[in-house]
Amino acid sequence: MEQDDKQSGGGERAAWMSVLARASYDDLLAVAAAIDLPDAEIVKPAESGTLMIEARAGGSGRRFNAGEATVTRCIVRTGDRLGYSYALGRDKKKAVLAARLDLALQDDARRKEILAAVVEPLCAAQTERRQHASRSAAATKVEFFTLVRGDG
Amino acid sequence: MYVAVKGGEAAIRATHDLVAQMRRGDPCVPELDTRQIREQMKLAVARVMNEGSLYDEDLAALALKQSQGDAVEAAFLMRAYRTTLPRFGSSAPLDTARMAIRRRISAAFKDLPGGQVLGPTYDYTHRLFDFALEAAGLTAAPAVTPGGAPLDESMPRVPDILGSEGLMEPERALPDDPAPCDVTREPAEFPIDRDGRLQMLARGDEGFLLGLAYSVQRGFGANHPFAGEIRMGETSVRYRPEDLGFEIDLGEITVTECQMINQFSGSKDAPPQFTRGYGFAFGHSERKAMSMAIVDRSLKCRDLGEAADYPAQKEEFVLYHCDTIEASGFVEHLKLPHYVDFQGELELIRKIRREHDERAAEPALFTPSEAAE
Repeated sequence: MEQDDKQSGGGERAAWMSVLARASYDDLLAVAAAIDLPDAEIVKPAESGTLMIEARAGGSGRRFNAGEATVTRCIVRTGDRLGYSYALGRDKKKAVLAARLDLALQDDARRKEILAAVVEPLCAAQTERRQHASRSAAATKVEFFTLVRGDG
Repeated sequence: MYVAVKGGEAAIRATHDLVAQMRRGDPCVPELDTRQIREQMKLAVARVMNEGSLYDEDLAALALKQSQGDAVEAAFLMRAYRTTLPRFGSSAPLDTARMAIRRRISAAFKDLPGGQVLGPTYDYTHRLFDFALEAAGLTAAPAVTPGGAPLDESMPRVPDILGSEGLMEPERALPDDPAPCDVTREPAEFPIDRDGRLQMLARGDEGFLLGLAYSVQRGFGANHPFAGEIRMGETSVRYRPEDLGFEIDLGEITVTECQMINQFSGSKDAPPQFTRGYGFAFGHSERKAMSMAIVDRSLKCRDLGEAADYPAQKEEFVLYHCDTIEASGFVEHLKLPHYVDFQGELELIRKIRREHDERAAEPALFTPSEAAE
């Protein structure tokens, strides 16, 4: 199973992990209530640490370390299949729930159902938030006019 | 030399209680919730994250509450806490061209692909008090009517627009794109490369960098900057955990980026062109990003063959002294007991004084003609 994910380069799994990472614990809890989420064995309990955030000089130049950010991760297991969660912040409850959801989503028999019940509504809400923020910023789009000076 | 002092436990315990009491203030006034600080003191939160060099809005809000709003003390709490956390790794370099823009302006170009977006800014306010904010509970924020269409998902960085004409100093990745140095792991050595410089400036004190940037503008430096672009918004943090084997998106952080454009008359190696200074900060931190960009450009003097005559051009001076925590630590440690040091100094000055007095009291061993010399 794991091997398949590595070969796929993330793909669909990376996409749902991103949606889960961006959701809050309360958001996850609300949507997870709609499905029968199987129990999982904890492989690595939720742990908070940091990630060094890299940026590039001028946006496109040489790499530099901009500062760290807190990150929380968790790994759970059923059989030989592993569920992962990595997200910004220090929410350990969210990390465990997201890892269990990632694990459940790898089950071919249930993927479609869980994508529809959990991932798609979260993704839609996140897209809606992003669009709203973008349109609010767009309301402040400005056209400046330069005035022609007198004979300079 | 530091010599331990003993005692004072009871007084120190009492001062902890007293500071907690001062922090709480008048108990008739409701206590601040850290979520209120996170949501309503966002610019202070951003400063603490920058100088604490740790992105976590909740922790920065807690730090501000615990330090009674003292940004330097709050940044110190962030740095101290960071040392207790394991570091999982490094993110992929942020792609700020794909930032979800909330503000993006250029003072150099009027018509930009993607447009000028004012976003939330105090620039066009009158700096008059809004006393309505004083009347708690009465201030529902006016809702912005969103524009019809969202902004472009990707906006070119302004200096890159001129870059295509060859008039702008390019910003290109190094061959093989090596991992950057990390001043939190290896102490900085001078002369330092730009990666180390940018890291130190990003952690640096806003006030110190602002003062230096101002000195450059006033003539204590050779640069006349234009704000080529300032952009602020949300950027995805991407990371490839080794055990997972593919890159994942961990969520997004708010960042501010500033590109300063400066004239450069050319050297024997480089044609006349515009040169760039870069500023980067967590959160909405425009003043910091602008100051950093001006100082970054100023510190390019060595690479560009410019004379380093002014304070803002001297990298050891700037980078060794811009760190809030180091600077306040060294200045403020003077408050702590130095009794033994001072006792030593006191004895020394007494001895010198005694010798001085003895010399003065001794009968003259020389003739008046010698004394006149």
